[in-house]
Amino acid sequence: MSLRGREAAVRHLLEGAPPRVPPGLYGDVVRRGGRILRRRTAARRLLWLVLLTAAVAFVVWASMARPWVQPPSDTTPPLTGW
Amino acid sequence: MRGRQTSQGVRRAREFEAFVAGAAGRLLHAATLLTAEPPDDNPRARRLLTLALAHTYASWDRLRGEDPYDRTRRELALRFARGTWPGRGRSRASSGSVLAALTPQERLVLVLRLFEGVAEEQTAALLGLSAERVRAICARAMTNLLRPARGRAPAALGTEAVETEVTRS
Repeated sequence: MSLRGREAAVRHLLEGAPPRVPPGLYGDVVRRGGRILRRRTAARRLLWLVLLTAAVAFVVWASMARPWVQPPSDTTPPLTGW
Repeated sequence: MRGRQTSQGVRRAREFEAFVAGAAGRLLHAATLLTAEPPDDNPRARRLLTLALAHTYASWDRLRGEDPYDRTRRELALRFARGTWPGRGRSRASSGSVLAALTPQERLVLVLRLFEGVAEEQTAALLGLSAERVRAICARAMTNLLRPARGRAPAALGTEAVETEVTRS
């Protein structure tokens, strides 16, 4: 038998007896899909919250520690008795 | 704002329902062939299809022109491939399906190539195999399927396929 003939025979074999779609399938799909969507939304919100908290914490720390101000030098002795 | 979101939700639900109504029969048939369950008793196939469709539902707004059928089929195939990974899957050997004598990988390639008509290169890319390997698996699957009981050698081939499945499960 040629390749095409064999392929046709296998296709015919595969096509036989399609299963019946259960009536509750759509409801199940929407329920599960909705759950996935809600979980994704929650994860995104949590991520934003963490990001925002980190940003606020950094700003507060920076405004208190002022790491950009040059610290007073304490290696040179103060000039006294001049 | 809330009103617009609701009307969008309604439209989306209608679109998705139409898609499921049109595609579920074909996809369930493919899933049932994959799991090698009899057509009237296919809990694994239903579960696979429900999960694949749920993913399509969740990403419905972000399809960006991609065919939802293709996407669901890809999800279905990958889920099946992951589930039957050696040492993980639970495939029960049922005799109700025409594909019961094939290994899960042979069934997957055969269903994608011949039942769904996916091109060889696309099948190969989807499964992470080379195109030659896909062709070889497809040819082997067709041979096993078309001559299940002709003499000694094909019968031995058939049992080997079943044994592979048992070791995998």
